[in-house]
Amino acid sequence: MKDLNLLVRLRPVAFIVVLLAIWQVAVMMHPGQLLPSPWQVIGGLADLLQHGLLFKYVVASLFRVTWGFGLAVILAIPLGLIIGWYHRADMALGPVIEVLRPISPLAWIPIAILWFGVGDLSAIFLIFLGCFFPLLLTAINAVRSIPDVYVNAGRNFGLRPLDLIYRVLYPAVIPQLLIGLRISLGVAWLVVVAAEMIAVNSGLGFLIVDARNAGNRYDLVVAGMVVIGIIGLLLDMAMRSLEKVKSFRWSYSED
Amino acid sequence: MRSLQAPRRWEKFLWPAVAFALLLAAWHFAVIWTGTKVLPSPLEVKKGLAELLQEHVLWNDIQDSLRRVAIGFGLAALLGIPLGLTLGWYPAANRVVNPAIQILRPISPIAWIPVAILFLGVGDHAATSLIFLGAFFPIVVSCVDGVNNVPSVFRRAGRNFGLTPLQLLGRVVFPAALPQIIVGLRIAFGIAWLVVVAAEMVAVDSGLGYLIIDSRNSGKRYDLVVAAMLLIGIIGLGLDFLFRGLERAKSVRWGFRHES
Amino acid sequence: MPTQTAGQHSSTRESVDTAKLSTHNLGMVFHRGGETISVLEKINLAVADGEFVCLLGPSGCGKSTLLNTMAGFLSPTSGEVRVDNQIVQGPDPRRIFVFQERGVFPWLTVEGNIAFGLANLTREERERRIAHYVQMVGLQGFEKAYPSELSGGMKQRLEVARALAVNPDMLLLDEPFGALDSITRLTMRQELLRIWQTERKTIVFVTHDIDEAVQLADRVVVMSARPASIQQIVTIDIPHPRDISSARYLELRDGIFAQIGLAHKI
Repeated sequence: MKDLNLLVRLRPVAFIVVLLAIWQVAVMMHPGQLLPSPWQVIGGLADLLQHGLLFKYVVASLFRVTWGFGLAVILAIPLGLIIGWYHRADMALGPVIEVLRPISPLAWIPIAILWFGVGDLSAIFLIFLGCFFPLLLTAINAVRSIPDVYVNAGRNFGLRPLDLIYRVLYPAVIPQLLIGLRISLGVAWLVVVAAEMIAVNSGLGFLIVDARNAGNRYDLVVAGMVVIGIIGLLLDMAMRSLEKVKSFRWSYSED
Repeated sequence: MRSLQAPRRWEKFLWPAVAFALLLAAWHFAVIWTGTKVLPSPLEVKKGLAELLQEHVLWNDIQDSLRRVAIGFGLAALLGIPLGLTLGWYPAANRVVNPAIQILRPISPIAWIPVAILFLGVGDHAATSLIFLGAFFPIVVSCVDGVNNVPSVFRRAGRNFGLTPLQLLGRVVFPAALPQIIVGLRIAFGIAWLVVVAAEMVAVDSGLGYLIIDSRNSGKRYDLVVAAMLLIGIIGLGLDFLFRGLERAKSVRWGFRHES
Repeated sequence: MPTQTAGQHSSTRESVDTAKLSTHNLGMVFHRGGETISVLEKINLAVADGEFVCLLGPSGCGKSTLLNTMAGFLSPTSGEVRVDNQIVQGPDPRRIFVFQERGVFPWLTVEGNIAFGLANLTREERERRIAHYVQMVGLQGFEKAYPSELSGGMKQRLEVARALAVNPDMLLLDEPFGALDSITRLTMRQELLRIWQTERKTIVFVTHDIDEAVQLADRVVVMSARPASIQQIVTIDIPHPRDISSARYLELRDGIFAQIGLAHKI
């Protein structure tokens, strides 16, 4: 019985192994083409680690994400909470936000390069743009979906506005904000890769284009992709575990 | 303090208009006061937009972008929805496949660009396949979630009326999951629109994304750049509206919270 | 005097054989989080064809679980359920379960819901039935409406109509009026009785409301708290329509109150 359990748990692993095997065989059957096999990718990863490039680039990408994401959080969330709270502010700014939102941050790239040149600031600016609107909208929605009963109860107990914010508003919006943070972090990770491909000279995105341009090193390209995938996954998992923290879980009630 | 006084109907038009006007004015004067040569003023952008509209090329670019999104997104939906429904319906299959999906999903489609170019060269196919990649995973995931979130009451009622598993899937689970599937489609479409711009900047030589890069490269026409950006925003918004219209259909409306 | 019957052997051999539905030593044990929870113990019950039986007990005592095993959604861990003397293997359109109004399909109209189990009929037959049951539950004029446009009571009536449309042998109702206000509840009870008297289906009805049980049922099965067993079966021998201020009604009702151990004065 225990053996059967182990076998079942190994199935997802087996699935991935099968996919990798297909990949490997496909590459071997077409000699001379440029796509690397899984084995070569691992070699590429080792290569990067050896030269210390991997660490350097990962840090660079994460650095930009932190700044861009952090700035977006600091600006978008309070602004969103205010807009959500005051009906007229929402009416005024809502349409403006709706028009600006679908402009992908990548479309801003020429402007970014124009203003900030090729470098860190451009990337941070683009990441900021990519995270700002989702966070803003999440905050607005979170406030608007607070049931009136909570606000009225707070007022009934004589809470002053500041208390109201701290003891009613903030706990009520936290679960939705966390989900929004997680999604925005995913967007940030996506944007940083794109931004680095075009507007900067370091980082994982840059690694991908550079490896290709300077010598068709597709093993490094795919190695870079794998690292991007893994870090993206880790960031997502970290945010999810934050959502699971007991004190935040009150709104996830099952019927 | 939430306004206790309910806003009047005409205020719905007044306030946004005021906000827009203020923003435009701020933009305009910022350009004038800083004397910047590089950021275009609203008037210049308007002229640039007019210029683009007159040129035949703009419509071709818009068409190209829309076409790529349609094909990429369409394929993603065509393949993703059945796959997502199947994985949601057979939890065992989902447990096997899900880890692989979770690993592939965070690799942004933009990171796939070199590989796409490698396989498919610079052109339409590369762009379309990138859009497909960007839309595919959100669609699959939202289908799986949609199926899993169908309240068990509905499944039991379906079984009670003697439905076979296949009938159950088609007549109960799918309609019950549809609101969530549609939300997934709308989000995936937003991603597709984002990806197409990126893909066109790098991998093709037509389309709105290309227009942006090209306007800058061949002549620093930043007025055209901003005009194109606004266009991207407006078209994206329009398409999003279409999706939200879907959400209002009577047979799925029940799944969405609406403001009273 | 309320009829007292010992919990264990509440039916004679003869009535078990001719019963529409019968349970034999039915037991239900759940395993949750490492714990073993015994929910039902040695339930022996026989329900005759066309009878209206209420399962009465406090919330969480297991009466819903019992109903679900009767419907075939759950398999008992011990003992068995028989319908027409055949062991129940799973859910079946001949035994339709009525949930608390949340069982109506929100993506279908009133007509669509009622027609749900009628796919095998011809179009004329289907439309005839829909019209008949819309009329019976009093939803005329709302045929094209969606459940989100209906009140709680109307949704409940819709669910009953949907259940009846397939002409089942039995109706199993799980606290169907629990979400309704008390005035609507009175109306719905009358409606249900009216339908039952017309259609003469076998009905098993779960409730925690003592008055509801005495007003509706031919027999009230009083169940103990978890692990639930049959504490008492009371036969309500008042003919319909029941006068709820009659002496006999109050006598039966008070008897159950006393049995459950509730004080008379609040």
